[in-house]
Amino acid sequence: MVTRTPHARFFPRRLAVALTALTLAAISACSPASSSSTGSSAGTPTVHAPAAKTLTVAATAEPSTLDMTAGPAVAPAQVQLYNVYETLVKIDGDGALQPLLAQRWSVSTDRTVYTFYLNPASKFASGEPVTADAVAKNIERIRTSKTVGAKYSAAMAVVTGEKAVDSSTLEVTLSRPSNTWLYSMADTAGMIADPASFDKLGTESAGSGPYMLDKWTRGDSIALKRNPNYWANPGRFDSVVFKYFPDPNAMNAAMMAGTIDIISNEQAPDALSQFADTAKYTLLEGATNMEVTLGLNNSSPALKDLKVRQAIAMAIDKKKLITNTEAGHGTVIGSMVVPTDPYYEDLSGINAYDPAKAKQLLTEAGATNLTLRFKPAALPYATAAAQQVAADLKAVGINTTIQEQQFPAAWVDAVYIKADYDLTIVGHAEARDLVTYTNPEYYWRYNNPAFTAQYQAADSAAADAYAPEMKKAAKILADDAASVWLYMMPNLVVTKATVTGLSKNATTDSFDVTTIATR
Amino acid sequence: MIATVARRLGVFALSLVGASLAIFIICQALPGDPARILLGDGASAEQIAAKAHELGTDRPAIVRYLTWVAGMLRGDFGTSYASGVAVSGLIGPTLPVTGALAGFSLLVSVVIALPFGMLAALRRRRWEGVAVSAVAQVGMAIPAFWAGILLSILFGVVWRVLPPNGYIPLTTDPIGWARSLALPVLALALVQAAVLVRYVRSAFIDVLSEDYYRTARAVGWSRWGALLRHGVRNASLSLVTVLGLQLASILVGAIVIEQVFVLPGLGSLLLTYVRQKDVMVIQGVVMLLVLAVLLINALVEVSYVLIDPRLRTAER
Repeated sequence: MVTRTPHARFFPRRLAVALTALTLAAISACSPASSSSTGSSAGTPTVHAPAAKTLTVAATAEPSTLDMTAGPAVAPAQVQLYNVYETLVKIDGDGALQPLLAQRWSVSTDRTVYTFYLNPASKFASGEPVTADAVAKNIERIRTSKTVGAKYSAAMAVVTGEKAVDSSTLEVTLSRPSNTWLYSMADTAGMIADPASFDKLGTESAGSGPYMLDKWTRGDSIALKRNPNYWANPGRFDSVVFKYFPDPNAMNAAMMAGTIDIISNEQAPDALSQFADTAKYTLLEGATNMEVTLGLNNSSPALKDLKVRQAIAMAIDKKKLITNTEAGHGTVIGSMVVPTDPYYEDLSGINAYDPAKAKQLLTEAGATNLTLRFKPAALPYATAAAQQVAADLKAVGINTTIQEQQFPAAWVDAVYIKADYDLTIVGHAEARDLVTYTNPEYYWRYNNPAFTAQYQAADSAAADAYAPEMKKAAKILADDAASVWLYMMPNLVVTKATVTGLSKNATTDSFDVTTIATR
Repeated sequence: MIATVARRLGVFALSLVGASLAIFIICQALPGDPARILLGDGASAEQIAAKAHELGTDRPAIVRYLTWVAGMLRGDFGTSYASGVAVSGLIGPTLPVTGALAGFSLLVSVVIALPFGMLAALRRRRWEGVAVSAVAQVGMAIPAFWAGILLSILFGVVWRVLPPNGYIPLTTDPIGWARSLALPVLALALVQAAVLVRYVRSAFIDVLSEDYYRTARAVGWSRWGALLRHGVRNASLSLVTVLGLQLASILVGAIVIEQVFVLPGLGSLLLTYVRQKDVMVIQGVVMLLVLAVLLINALVEVSYVLIDPRLRTAER
């Protein structure tokens, strides 16, 4: 008994200190080579030679399904559009249409029949050729299925028929001419999958792109591998890993530790200074399709008055807003149009910041002592912007009661469905979403037949008249202060300095890795 | 004895039924129709009805509840709305991650707290004891996520000795696995240990004033020897209760720590699917957490009997 006592004397201090120090030291000392090399941290055994090239892209939102058309979420398309699934035509980084699966296309003189000439070399990853018949089945699926996301079926609603003339010639008939439709065909709604796998799109990849699904580790990452059957120039990487970080600080830490190659969208703009060293990092700032919009309920009694809407628009200092909420990144816009839209025109001068004029307009409208229900979506950028908007409105004499709405469910219910609001803030990320103002039932309850007529005229116009006519439509909205378009969300990308070829603009839902190379 | 076990089991089953009912009702009360959320802006009534039928959300609530419970009894947690795959298939891979994180955190916190707590009790009037108590007080005030961010920046970015975040499965690379878990475990364990130190200290202060301790000292045991031989078992009665409560709070803390360190565990899964209002996944994960806490409580009760022979006699 007594023999045990001596060594017990030394027990406490040593044990605690030694154990903690030991475990930490042991774990950190045996640092395997893999820990710092990009992407191989996932440890997937690759069949290629040791010099396997991996590109690791950090992203925020992990998809819940691989099916790009299952719902409104853009996360599946971010990974797969252009990388795994191709389209007949492609929107490039400058917003222009380029051939992809279709080598060329022609339009009938009444502009309702499009003929696409497919690249005869094109084939799916399964080895099956991409035939006109397969493409027709894809268009038919999107426009007739009751369970694909509403925005995709809406984009294809103008199609009345699709016919394979021969194995590589496809004819698509529209109910009326539409310039917008071809752009939709270049985005997620136009994805072309192997029809044999339509019922497996959620879990497998069935595209014709340079990459295909390798391994999806839920809660962590999606790994793509090179498609060995790719019909054009093969992908430059053996493996492309999209790694998901719900927390922007964790993403920045991973970049600084060197475990990722690209931050696909920097969520913390004020953290960008950490990556200022150009020898190690490259910063890209470009355009997105997302208009952060102060939505006005055009059917609410106070906001029916044009002068009140104009006064609200003039009350808001958008430049200061961008400085405060996005650390100065982002672009002031004056209508539902972003710089990469083919019909962009700087309309930020219309109803621009002028608090004195705003007060005067409110007096003219007899709308002094106005109190408005302000229901911003509870998203970081929206709640931050809401504080300043409320302060700016207060300065011209408009009071607001702010009620943040959990997004999406509560916001969709109160604002989107019931339109039980006066003001709201949410970002509209869809491309070419000017069309929403033609629907009087849409949550801004904007009903202007003159705008709708102009929009439809522009959509049906000859290709060269599309941009000038659409500019007129966008200007109607701006003059009418149908909403207040606060700013375009910037596309902020950080890459290692060795990464090149990445477009600075996010013109589609895709994070296009096909143009990227590494030194 | 049998009656006691039967009564305990009955309470256990009733708790589960009550919890499942509460979880189901709360999830129903969340705003938003899953079919509409899945389809997105501008879905027509016809599309929403078709989607609701596909999901089964058009059935009455009572039918959905009974189907859910009946499924769980067979180990089937239903199908995720958003991803269309089995909920059990989503939960399965997360269990080793959260299990390892919570288990090691508890272990490390005990390994830290026990010696320091004993030291704080024995030397409570000396500077060592006061120092331990003071550090524990400060430690308790630190939120685990903050400790996590700090550790991640120091070890991952500044010194670069451990990965700042991310997870490597044990089967892929055991060393990488240990390295990826080291910081999250430490972040959770340090804060828990700070809490635990205070309980260890007061439990051992009680022991120090007991007759059996004085007797052991009188027959020649050293202070530490007497404490280890006679004190630990007696002190552990109250400590086991605290540990049971702490394991529950570690599980909750793990949800936050998983976010900080980007670990694909139960907490990350829960938060991902809460954002999408995928009720089936939320229900399944919360139910599992409730089950875990109830099981821990049951284990704590069993351990009383194992630790304290007097309870065994009383039961007979």
